Amino acid sequence: MKKIGLIINPVAGMGGSVGLKGTDHVVEEALRRGAVPGSEKRAETALRELLPYKDELLICTGAGHMGGELAQRMGFRTEVLPVGTDTGAADAPVDTAVSADLKTPADADILAASAFCFATAGSDTIALGKRLLNEQADLLLFAGGDGTARDIYQAVGTELVCVGIPAGVKIHSPVYAKNPGAAGKLAAMWMSGWIKRYEEKEVLDIDEDAYRSGHINTALYGYLKIPAERALTQNRKAPTPLSDEAAIESIAYEVTDHMEPDVVYLVGAGTTTRGVMKKLGLPNTLIGVDVVENGKVLENDAYGERILSHIRGKRAKLILTVTGGQGFLFGRGNQQLTPEVIRTVGKENLIILATSSKLAELRGNPLLVDTGDDALNEELCGYYRVITGYKEYTVCRVAAG
Amino acid sequence: MKRIDRSEKVNVHFHQAKWNEPIIYELSTPGERGVLVNSPEEEVAKEVKGVDALPEGMKRSTKLNLPEMSQSRVLRHYARLAQQTLGADVNIEIGQGTCTVKYSPKVNDQLANLLREYHPLQDESTVQGILQVYYDTDKYMCEISGMDHFSFQPGGGSQGIMTMASVIRAYFKDKGEDRDEIITTIYSHPSDAAGPAVAGFKIIYLQPDPVTGVPTLEQLKAAAGPKTAGYIVANPEDTGVYNSHVKEFVDYIHSIGGLCAYDQANANGLLGVTRARDAGFDMCFFNLHKTFSTPHGCGGPACGATGVQKDLVKYLPAPLVGFDGKKYYLDYETVSNPCAVGKVREWLGVAPVVLKAYCWIRSLGPNGLYQVAKTAVLNNNYLFKKLMELPEVSAYYEDGNNQRVEQARYSLENLEKETGIGTLDIQRRMMDFGMHYWTSHHPFYLPEPMTLEPTETPSKKDIDEYIETLKYVFKEAHENPEIIKTAPHRSVTHQVDESGMDDIKTWALSWKTYLKKYTE
Amino acid sequence: MKGFANHPYIPNSVPEVQEEMLKEIGMSSLEELHKNVPELLKLKNEMNLPKAFGSEYELRRHVEKLLSKDTDCKKNINFLGAGCWQHYVPAICDEINGKGEFLTAYGGEPYNDEGRFQALFEYESMVAELVDMDVVNVPTMDWAQAAATTVRMAQRITNRSVVLVPEYMDQEKLKAMKNYGESVLKFVKVACDAMGHLDLADLKAKLNSDVAGVYFENPGYLGTIEPNGQKISDLAHEAGALSLVGVDPISLGVLATPPTYGADIVCGDLQPLGIHMNYGGGQSGFMATRDEEKFVMEFPSRLFGIAPTSEPGEYGFGDVAYDRTSFGHHREHGKEYVGTQSALWGITAGVYLATMGPKGMEEVGETIMANAQYAAEKVNEIPGVTANPFGSVFFKEFVVDFNKTGKTVAEINKALLEKGIFGGKDLSKDFPALGQSALYCVTEVHTAEDIQTLVDALKEILN
Repeated sequence: MKKIGLIINPVAGMGGSVGLKGTDHVVEEALRRGAVPGSEKRAETALRELLPYKDELLICTGAGHMGGELAQRMGFRTEVLPVGTDTGAADAPVDTAVSADLKTPADADILAASAFCFATAGSDTIALGKRLLNEQADLLLFAGGDGTARDIYQAVGTELVCVGIPAGVKIHSPVYAKNPGAAGKLAAMWMSGWIKRYEEKEVLDIDEDAYRSGHINTALYGYLKIPAERALTQNRKAPTPLSDEAAIESIAYEVTDHMEPDVVYLVGAGTTTRGVMKKLGLPNTLIGVDVVENGKVLENDAYGERILSHIRGKRAKLILTVTGGQGFLFGRGNQQLTPEVIRTVGKENLIILATSSKLAELRGNPLLVDTGDDALNEELCGYYRVITGYKEYTVCRVAAG
Repeated sequence: MKRIDRSEKVNVHFHQAKWNEPIIYELSTPGERGVLVNSPEEEVAKEVKGVDALPEGMKRSTKLNLPEMSQSRVLRHYARLAQQTLGADVNIEIGQGTCTVKYSPKVNDQLANLLREYHPLQDESTVQGILQVYYDTDKYMCEISGMDHFSFQPGGGSQGIMTMASVIRAYFKDKGEDRDEIITTIYSHPSDAAGPAVAGFKIIYLQPDPVTGVPTLEQLKAAAGPKTAGYIVANPEDTGVYNSHVKEFVDYIHSIGGLCAYDQANANGLLGVTRARDAGFDMCFFNLHKTFSTPHGCGGPACGATGVQKDLVKYLPAPLVGFDGKKYYLDYETVSNPCAVGKVREWLGVAPVVLKAYCWIRSLGPNGLYQVAKTAVLNNNYLFKKLMELPEVSAYYEDGNNQRVEQARYSLENLEKETGIGTLDIQRRMMDFGMHYWTSHHPFYLPEPMTLEPTETPSKKDIDEYIETLKYVFKEAHENPEIIKTAPHRSVTHQVDESGMDDIKTWALSWKTYLKKYTE
Repeated sequence: MKGFANHPYIPNSVPEVQEEMLKEIGMSSLEELHKNVPELLKLKNEMNLPKAFGSEYELRRHVEKLLSKDTDCKKNINFLGAGCWQHYVPAICDEINGKGEFLTAYGGEPYNDEGRFQALFEYESMVAELVDMDVVNVPTMDWAQAAATTVRMAQRITNRSVVLVPEYMDQEKLKAMKNYGESVLKFVKVACDAMGHLDLADLKAKLNSDVAGVYFENPGYLGTIEPNGQKISDLAHEAGALSLVGVDPISLGVLATPPTYGADIVCGDLQPLGIHMNYGGGQSGFMATRDEEKFVMEFPSRLFGIAPTSEPGEYGFGDVAYDRTSFGHHREHGKEYVGTQSALWGITAGVYLATMGPKGMEEVGETIMANAQYAAEKVNEIPGVTANPFGSVFFKEFVVDFNKTGKTVAEINKALLEKGIFGGKDLSKDFPALGQSALYCVTEVHTAEDIQTLVDALKEILN
């Protein structure tokens, strides 16, 4: 019997249908505008692909609209895990004012919807995710948007293999399948063993407040392990390209081979920079800045003034990679690297890493910097040699974003 | 009898040969023989010890497990496997972009059989004919490229690139300069990086400008410096886009003391139109098994003929073929420089391939080669125009200036967005119509890529059939996507389950390990 | 128009068709193509090449006449070997590799090129049995490249940079290996003893913690069978190095296989297995190892494996361990290339092995050894000539020492040539210490009469 964890964010996508650019923090407004929850329906489409295997599966999920009701209705063997009591859900920032505000629409459906909305905030997703991690689920299937993916990352990190059912308004994270049916197929292929490899994909999200006012600022918030779909054709005519995992290790060799003594290295966020820490055998902060000197960690997850205290009066180098969705080097997911930190390190001491598949996604468009300091942005522009492998570089232009 | 209606251009009745042929070991019957081998003659046998002379422990002690089969069964087995292979002889080969799969004339194959019993160490006086073929082909390649001398030793394109990288290494070694960086581009063949990497170089890639599809000179300048040994590039690149500023690139590299090498794997559209040396390149290589028509042989034997300008001749692998006015000879003298490459492949490379290329050039002459280039480019631009009219097909770098040369990389991203059917699905489905295409090197730089190179071989009717077939499959993608997702249906096998291929516990690299892992 | 119209290899060189197609793309002449090639770079004149032959027949006459100046091993009695050997090629081998489907296939997928994949998988399987290993690659260019890759694999596995090679080694092969390995490897020669075997004392002295592998061949380049394989492997292993053995695959019907004396990686040339000499164009290299990750992951070549498909009762094929770079030392990973090498010869070697079967391989080995020994004995009877001066057991090649004849090998071979005999390879340049010696090759294709003709000719020349 294999275990599938199922988490549905029932309010995901509600904002979009009524012209809101997301549902985080605006559930009540969405409801007021008449939004109807749709993520359960999308999850159903995905789960349909798993029906042929239902005798071999146990679905572990939360009560009611978090998955329990759907799984049972579809005839899956279901185990409902209690969430809330020991998870700190009480501290969740659920807007208690909603029920008071909710006077106008007397529609029963919306009232019903609002009832479960209050019960399912991000904290519930996180709590359920943690339970599923403890239960050692073989796969975690979740429905939601970028905000949900962030919660999932917070709960399970890169320990469980996940499949995302796109149901949210914002889907920037490549952790999501192309559509609910594809998510279900991918889950089925993983459970049946047709796919055995996985890859780490980015959890990206935008600043919703900025987005609502028309700006897209995607930043890296984490990674999830996703089954790696097989190509079925091979197109082999050339040397075997490196997998991302291997490319990261190869990049790490190139970096560590040239590390100098008595230089303070700031290691930025991302899986590519994590490769360097791995090679050095050091503990790493995936989404954060680690400070290293002479093969030892001075501080994990440092920020602002702490970083400056390590590098003042010393030679320092900054190892960083693309952390934003459009090729951002600074200003997306690594705000710890303040303009002052960047200035202190100096442009010539930036060591930029990227896998060739990451650069391929940008198709020759420049890497971007948005440090919050226009003069610094200008200063950082120009051409850089980005390390893409062992003894291998790609020349990239950096521009102000 | 009713005459068959041929107005339908799509071959919907195609089915590839499928014999369900067992693995050869499954055909073994103890005692069957495939061929009889002559025994030692009596007078020989009675005088010598034969295998009994072997030192202790040097006689084979393990069982030799080979199949035991009658000759006709061996023949039938392989004849069936041949039928289960879609060679260019039986296929409209438009889809193998970058590979220049063109017609390989049969007469050339037959003539090359005349070389079967030549030993590479025969006295020069006994091989004047084939040495003349080498010498003359060298001269022809020089005329086609503008270079001064060619080596036919490299056994394929990758080895040609490796040889160019080795010449660059030799040149700087001889000059006493420490330069260890090679610049290439993302859209050049991956071997343009892999070859120099084997030779010990660092690799610096240039990215295409998102509008023009080729790197900017500014980018090259940012990449180049005192450590730059060379610039190795294909032009047109794998996208079929030609870098019009190539000479400025070459001049810049020269100005900082580097060498320039031209990967001419994509030369089919350039014969008689433009030459490597005229753009300033110091060396180049041609795939004789692509541009010069010699058959690919499932992947070799082949030849990556490598030519250099006069100052670099002394570094080429030994020997060259010379002519003293009376006789042809193996020239070790010219390439005796202590820093020279030495050797990349045994003896003179693959002689039958050189002979076939010679025959091909002689069958076409200068205006024939020009016609090859012009027709290949015409075919490609015709195909490009027709395909770009389809809503499912798009291309990058369509800035209004980029006329494609001999091939083009398309994108099926529109189709994929709309239907969820991507290029890998279409690729598999095309096999159900006896057609094939190639996507791109990995990682895919353009989304849902499809790279087509018609060469001069197909007729207009062939190209039209190919286009109609693609259209038919696109229509299916909208109306019946499942048939594409589960394709191929009428090829030799169905979707291969590769899930066990990355794990030593489950992969099976030979019949014996398969039996051990799956039947014991 | 400048181009050759109505050429049989170019269907669309028909002017009317060209016109129609040009019209379709909005052009009026072929000159409008190549718009992006700057005028400056365009070739203004027609290339200075010979005019095309007027017919296929003229081409055939020309080439046949040109090559009729030559002579070959069929018209003469040939004793040349040294890495390219004359063996009998069963007719079926030429029949299969001449089949257009195989001859003209290239980059298809395991669906539409299933036959190519299966044939190469079967070749891998049969060569694996022949050399007693589990895994064999899709062929490389030649033995030199296979040997070069073998030593680079050893370098990556051990993370060491010195390779020991025998003094009596093919000097050209060593040059190719050096060129291929120059950036990461150093080659050190180990002396050979009076028997032509590897000098174990010298080997011991040169083995240390920098040595990645000991490369030797069996039979050696000069034909001798190396009886100390196990000792060499043991010494290598004690020093933490690998045992790397090059073989002549046609010997393995009778000779012990390298793994039985400790080899870790085996390599060699497939040419003896049903492939004509082709003036050196028949060479094709292979490597073989055990089915262990530490070896498999270091192959830079393609490895075809067998797999199920979505249809019950069907085998499919594909590339095993696609991401072979995710293992071990990444510094040098992915640093070797694959591409067009010599796949057609791999298929041919498979046809040969299936045709010969276990019995045929044993018999051919027996006949070769008997014929070669007989030839050496007969040649040795000529005054002043010493065949097999090492006095060791050999397979199909042996050194003939002409030092006492007062004639050079060059002179002797020239005289032999006049009598329709290709004498053995002159070793005086590659191994000056051996003086005027030649390497003779005798196989199953030689008859007692051929050998008698050689002996008579030599006697006449030397008297």
